[in-house]
Amino acid sequence: MSSGPVPSPTPETAPFWESTRARAMRLPHCTPCGRPHFYPRSYCPFCHSAELEWREVSGRATLASYVINRRPGPAFEGASQIIALVRLAEGPRMMTNLVEVETDPVSLRLGMPLRVRYSERGDQVLPLFAPAEVAA
Amino acid sequence: MHGGNVAIVGAAETRDLGTLPDRSVLQLHTEAAMRALSDAGLGPDDVDGIANDGMPPFDVSHYLGIRPRWIDGTSVGGCSFMLHVRHAAAAIAAGAANVVLITHGESGRSGVGTRPWAPDPASLSGQFEQPFGAGAPFATFTTPVLAFLEERGMTRRDLAEVVAAQREWSDGNPRAARNRRISADDVLAAREIAYPFTRDMCCVVTDGGGALVMTSAERARDLPSADRAVHLLGSGEAGGTPIVSQMDDLGSFGAFRTACGEALRTAGITHADVDHVMFYDAFAHLPLYMLEDSGFVGRGESGAFVADGGTRPGGALPMNTNGGGLSYTHTGKYGMFAIQEAVRQLRGEAFRQVPGVEVSVVQGVGMMFGAAGALVLGNRT
Ligand SMILES: [Zn+2]
Repeated sequence: MSSGPVPSPTPETAPFWESTRARAMRLPHCTPCGRPHFYPRSYCPFCHSAELEWREVSGRATLASYVINRRPGPAFEGASQIIALVRLAEGPRMMTNLVEVETDPVSLRLGMPLRVRYSERGDQVLPLFAPAEVAA
Repeated sequence: MHGGNVAIVGAAETRDLGTLPDRSVLQLHTEAAMRALSDAGLGPDDVDGIANDGMPPFDVSHYLGIRPRWIDGTSVGGCSFMLHVRHAAAAIAAGAANVVLITHGESGRSGVGTRPWAPDPASLSGQFEQPFGAGAPFATFTTPVLAFLEERGMTRRDLAEVVAAQREWSDGNPRAARNRRISADDVLAAREIAYPFTRDMCCVVTDGGGALVMTSAERARDLPSADRAVHLLGSGEAGGTPIVSQMDDLGSFGAFRTACGEALRTAGITHADVDHVMFYDAFAHLPLYMLEDSGFVGRGESGAFVADGGTRPGGALPMNTNGGGLSYTHTGKYGMFAIQEAVRQLRGEAFRQVPGVEVSVVQGVGMMFGAAGALVLGNRT
């Protein structure tokens, strides 16, 4: 169980958070244009269709950008944290934390392959990411 | 609404900036308002339009005994004031208001008379940013920068050069929170806040306020402040993303391109006509994005342009001549202070005056990459 703020799902995001509690990650995919999107919405942001279907994604991603936060808020118990923007293999980008890696830029390379990890936070489960070579 | 038919006739900051625990947010708004009205040669009874961000606009008008017939509470963070100026110009042009008072006050350091910020765990940020520690702007607004730098072959030294250049402008200014020159090496050696950002790459945190008074160019000609009127030549605004991870492109911000593009187009000018720019710098990467996205330099050219002195005193494009949010002041919503410095430069009244400024571009950003607003201001129509 990690410490920090707990997300509170809304009707359009609840299936996402239900999926992570089941240690999988599902995103809305648009039936007409075939594209997944993040964050979950009631309409496809690309073609504006309401015909959406929740499908599981692979949990593979690459590191798009990051900062190493040296001053985490009190809820995070003080340790430096890597706040990362990752690009999912299916296309969408999301924010997360990197785990199982040193909080040092020497260990971090943009584009490096990542795999999802699941971490309990209150009554929710957050999708975090680790370097793919560690997670393999 | 453009073309020089609307003018800023009064502009002022609070007497003091910095740490002001003896003043409430409302006092900061209203002190700035009264000073701006005095600057214009007008009084509260002349005002029929009111705009501000951060509290209901009628909190300010009622405090001052003003009964507005036009109200704008546009609240898009630190660039709200650029939008207020643009909206006020439309209202004045349409006859919906004659004299508009735009105010800002924030007790960003001392927190007097202000509500504590409590993120909603059901908001987009509450679900998809806050749980990962991305709450404070220094650990959120900053997240795309490594992608920006890497795709250009730039490094964190390019961020440090932005800070060093701006300290040349604030050097010795008693109103600036950080007013001593600093080298890029010093900036890189400072305490790390959120890698790759060190302390000096992050804005100061202050208390203060500022206000603007706008009216028609026709009315402006009859005021005692007539020879100091600053005309709105063009403007633009644009919406971005409520959460940084969803930027279309981590290395470029579409709202800057849209807002600045429209501001230049409506002013009917090109980049070559611009003498001075104020680029909202909550963090050192923003001026780099803005230089490129607003088209003053090509994609990938911002770092070298700054490092080679292009934005310093004597450079081709004087930028952030009060020292910016990084050095001058940043109450939490810096946009008002960016406009104030552009007005001072256009009036020839700046602490570090650039000779012959006739056209200034002000580019604001708000709610991190949530919104942008741009103004083209000139000292003649
Ligand atoms: Zn679609």
